[in-house]
Amino acid sequence: MAIGLAAVRTRSLFALVMLSGGFSLISAALFVTLDAVDVAFTEAAVGAGVSTVLMLGTLALTSRYERPPVHRPWLPLFVVTVTGAALIYGTLDMPNFGDANAPAMLHVMPEYLAREPHEIGVPNIVTAILASYRGYDTLGETAVVFTAGIGVVALLATLARRRRRRDGEEEES
Amino acid sequence: MQGVSWEYLVGHANYWLFVTLMMTGLYIVVARGNFVKKIIGLNIFQSAVIMLYISMGKVEGGTAPIFPLDGEIDPAITYTNPLPHVLMLTAIVVGIATTSLALALIVRIREEYGTIEEQDIWEAEQEISARERRQYGEVFGEAGK
Repeated sequence: MAIGLAAVRTRSLFALVMLSGGFSLISAALFVTLDAVDVAFTEAAVGAGVSTVLMLGTLALTSRYERPPVHRPWLPLFVVTVTGAALIYGTLDMPNFGDANAPAMLHVMPEYLAREPHEIGVPNIVTAILASYRGYDTLGETAVVFTAGIGVVALLATLARRRRRRDGEEEES
Repeated sequence: MQGVSWEYLVGHANYWLFVTLMMTGLYIVVARGNFVKKIIGLNIFQSAVIMLYISMGKVEGGTAPIFPLDGEIDPAITYTNPLPHVLMLTAIVVGIATTSLALALIVRIREEYGTIEEQDIWEAEQEISARERRQYGEVFGEAGK
């Protein structure tokens, strides 16, 4: 929470990237306390590791400081408050935190837990669901990652060549 | 405090915390002009959504959904709901993919306009369209006067 607020305030983008890495690490710890160990180590590796490296790479290619904002913050603040109030209104009839009789716990989940040992036999249920019961989701996910990879390559592949050509033009003129 | 129990408040405080975090992210996206900062705001927003789902899957007194290796499953142990974990794993990975695509776009924008501030880009766009209007005005005669 505090990191989120600090992220609003700081203007140095470098400090901001470091803050977001720390934020990922803290959220990974939070996932461990919520029993989501698989999510925790994905978050630690991907959020705190890979995405920090990517952001630093972007900063190296662009600028490191942000300009002070020109607009007054009242309109965005208003929009955000209204949206937040609507969302909180939406949570009012949600089940309590940790409630074992919540609707989400009563239908699919016991089914998975009961069938998993003799249908798949992998001790980690998350792995079993990810690779088997919801295998198509994972296939789609890899497709998205592949597409994003192609996009990044298409955008950046000619960067060095264009830069060299522009330098050459400047020297000629 | 009529009708609202202490239990209810504590049981929902986690949702409200994540909503606040989510709105912090949204505020950064809307109010700040720097593109890298917008992306970080979007990441905060996304993390808040992920935390919301994971906290929905938590069962009181439950443990991580991993069976013992010997296959002897104790029916007394309650496990936390594994389904949100799976979905959020997918969400994290897709999130990093879209983030990297956005960062690549930022690098291209910087190369094209020489800035990553929204305001500067808007001004540059205005200038370009004004120049084009002048150019076509000359071609078509009196337009542009």
